Amino acid sequence: MRHLLSTEDLDKAEAIRILDTAEEMAAVSEREVKKLPVLRGRTVVNLFFEDSTRTRISFEAAAKRLSADVINFAAKGSSVSKGESLKDTAQTLEAMGADAVVIRHWASGAPARLATSDWIDAAVVNAGDGTHEHPTQALLDAFTMRRNWARVNGTGSAGTDLAGMKVAVVGDVLHSRVARSNLWLLRTLGADVTLVAPPTLLPVGVEHWPCTVSYDLDETLAGGPDAVMMLRVQGERMNAAFFPSTREYSRRWGFDDRRLAALDAAGAKETIIMHPGPMNRGLEISAAAADSPRSTVLQQVRNGVSVRMAALYLLLSGDSTPAAPTQEATR
Amino acid sequence: MSTAPETSAAYLIRGAAIGGGDRTDLLVRDGIIAETGTGVSASGAEVIDADGLVALPGLVDLHTHLREPGREDAETVETGSRAAALGGYTAVHAMANSSPVADTAGVVEQVFTLGQKAGWTDVRPVGAVTVGLAGERLAELGAMADSRARVRVFSDDGMCVHDPILMRRALEYVKAFDGVIAQHAQEPRLTDGAQMNEGAVSAVLGMTGWPAVAEESIIARDVLLAQHVDSRLHVCHVSTAGSVEIIRWAKQRGIKVTAEVTPHHLWLTDELVRSYDPVYKVNPPLRTDEDVKALRAGLADGTIDIVGTDHAPHPSEAKECEWAQAAMGMTGLETALSVVQHTMVESGLVGWDDVARVMSTAPAGIGQLAGHGQPLETGSAANITLVDPAARWQVDPQRMATKGRNSPFAGRELPGRVVATFYRGHPTVLDGALNTPLTSEGA
Repeated sequence: MRHLLSTEDLDKAEAIRILDTAEEMAAVSEREVKKLPVLRGRTVVNLFFEDSTRTRISFEAAAKRLSADVINFAAKGSSVSKGESLKDTAQTLEAMGADAVVIRHWASGAPARLATSDWIDAAVVNAGDGTHEHPTQALLDAFTMRRNWARVNGTGSAGTDLAGMKVAVVGDVLHSRVARSNLWLLRTLGADVTLVAPPTLLPVGVEHWPCTVSYDLDETLAGGPDAVMMLRVQGERMNAAFFPSTREYSRRWGFDDRRLAALDAAGAKETIIMHPGPMNRGLEISAAAADSPRSTVLQQVRNGVSVRMAALYLLLSGDSTPAAPTQEATR
Repeated sequence: MSTAPETSAAYLIRGAAIGGGDRTDLLVRDGIIAETGTGVSASGAEVIDADGLVALPGLVDLHTHLREPGREDAETVETGSRAAALGGYTAVHAMANSSPVADTAGVVEQVFTLGQKAGWTDVRPVGAVTVGLAGERLAELGAMADSRARVRVFSDDGMCVHDPILMRRALEYVKAFDGVIAQHAQEPRLTDGAQMNEGAVSAVLGMTGWPAVAEESIIARDVLLAQHVDSRLHVCHVSTAGSVEIIRWAKQRGIKVTAEVTPHHLWLTDELVRSYDPVYKVNPPLRTDEDVKALRAGLADGTIDIVGTDHAPHPSEAKECEWAQAAMGMTGLETALSVVQHTMVESGLVGWDDVARVMSTAPAGIGQLAGHGQPLETGSAANITLVDPAARWQVDPQRMATKGRNSPFAGRELPGRVVATFYRGHPTVLDGALNTPLTSEGA
């Protein structure tokens, strides 16, 4: 793996390798000394053109637990005030000896541009680009789902996929890089995906996607999904006529108390509720749902560090044997 | 033959296939075609062996961005004119979105004069429809029409004249001097922040879509307006199958509408955007394979009248960046004829006589250019392009005359090479290379 740009171009073996490596990284994170020496002397740059404290500190923690040096570069720029070009920024980082660049950018395709240009040799990790992809989020979601799916099936999670799992992804699919990355990865891992959204928040062309599309959350929940992933919805979308009001959105597509009760009443004990965060409590998810035992929100955050450790390790170690960190860990 | 003495005023083009048809000799003297036939002899004339070459009336581009005044870093009238000559063009229409905008007699005369001084091709300024392309009030269309530049084509290209009442008035007003409004059909509200064609690819790439309906709805409105006020409408860079259908319908009803397609829309599709390489960013955007097929069919059956390059050079920094930051546009003057040969001639859709029509005769007619697009016969102005259809060449933007390096065809092998361009009887291009411009003394 040279770069991690999208889940669309990730094959099943690669995906499972990352998830399995992340399991080993998770074991490290449970030790008293949460650190491996594998990336000592390597430099990871967090290049953020868009504010995202959560994602940045997750990558930072991951890199530091692998003993890499971390440089945070907040190159926040708007589309209007260009400032320094991506090319110049990249060449600057190259000159400083960056081994990996973790890039968050408001423009779809910016990480791919960095990776395919001759501006920089470093490994590029997409930490979310515009409304395109957010592959490490999808990997941490899949990691979380896999652990729960394995628990339900009474197996270990290492080496397994998500065959047979039913996942509903609910909300603003149109503007969601999380939804896109999840869809491709979940399909690769064998899950059945249903996208639930108002018609205005689904992209034209969604009919070509390998999933079921529904406008009706209650109907989808009645079908007994194993995981329900709620996407963040920006309230301002109502100003562009994507929906009439936040209250109407919440009634039709929010995971509210009524729907939580319906899930309990239907006996769907194992159905988990996921959210990539940050949550709009009371809009796409009620407080009761977010805080219920079904919620995996904090598991997702915790798993994010393990998955990002795995991604950085596999990109930078140049070692193709996923067992290596375990050997380090047991020393 | 490449070292034409400056004194040589006569050229004998021997054995060119006119419009791809019979082989004929053409004697060029004093700016006109003095004689045609077989076995023409002329003492003192420089002989150009045109065996195997196709002769076309000099190409006319109705849609060129020369960037001057204002963005001389991207292109100048001089460099753009050189590119035009190398592409086989003897006339280009310089779009109005310069800085300052070509919305006054002063600016259009400036561009016109720069073109004359350059001497590589006729430069016909297009006048802006509205002041500053702002879409708020009409520019002084009459003053531009009456100026030395004798503007007949008016366009806010780059921007759509989206206000229906303003569009109606513009269509009506230019009837006073037989002008034509060339519309950039793009409903602005439907394309707010648009980055690429809206469809299967934009859905995956997560880019704001530019839906076909944003073009088609404006064209539908405009053909009905043109019918209502009985005026002439030209539709720039038609890019969708639906637009072709609407224009076909309008023509069947006798509405005076003409339409244009760019070389890139005849070939490239939005699949290329998956690379996120901004060299493929253009407005209107690259569409789908289905649209490409419909555009080719429309050009072949006459629904679409002309090929216009929409030559849009940009400095490298405008493309060496994120897709969303990049400027829209592609160069086209030096590849247009080859792309048309590849997409239309070699696919069997049209012959060389049709190429002459869509790249010379018809655009000259829409622009009302005297001396261009005339049949290659005795007495016509000697605007002639000689093409070697058997040649193959690889596109290298670094070697082009345009300042723009943003060719979407970079690295591709294209058929057909412009061997010579005669502009008013003077060879601006010989042996596929720039010769000399037409000086005022030589005119």
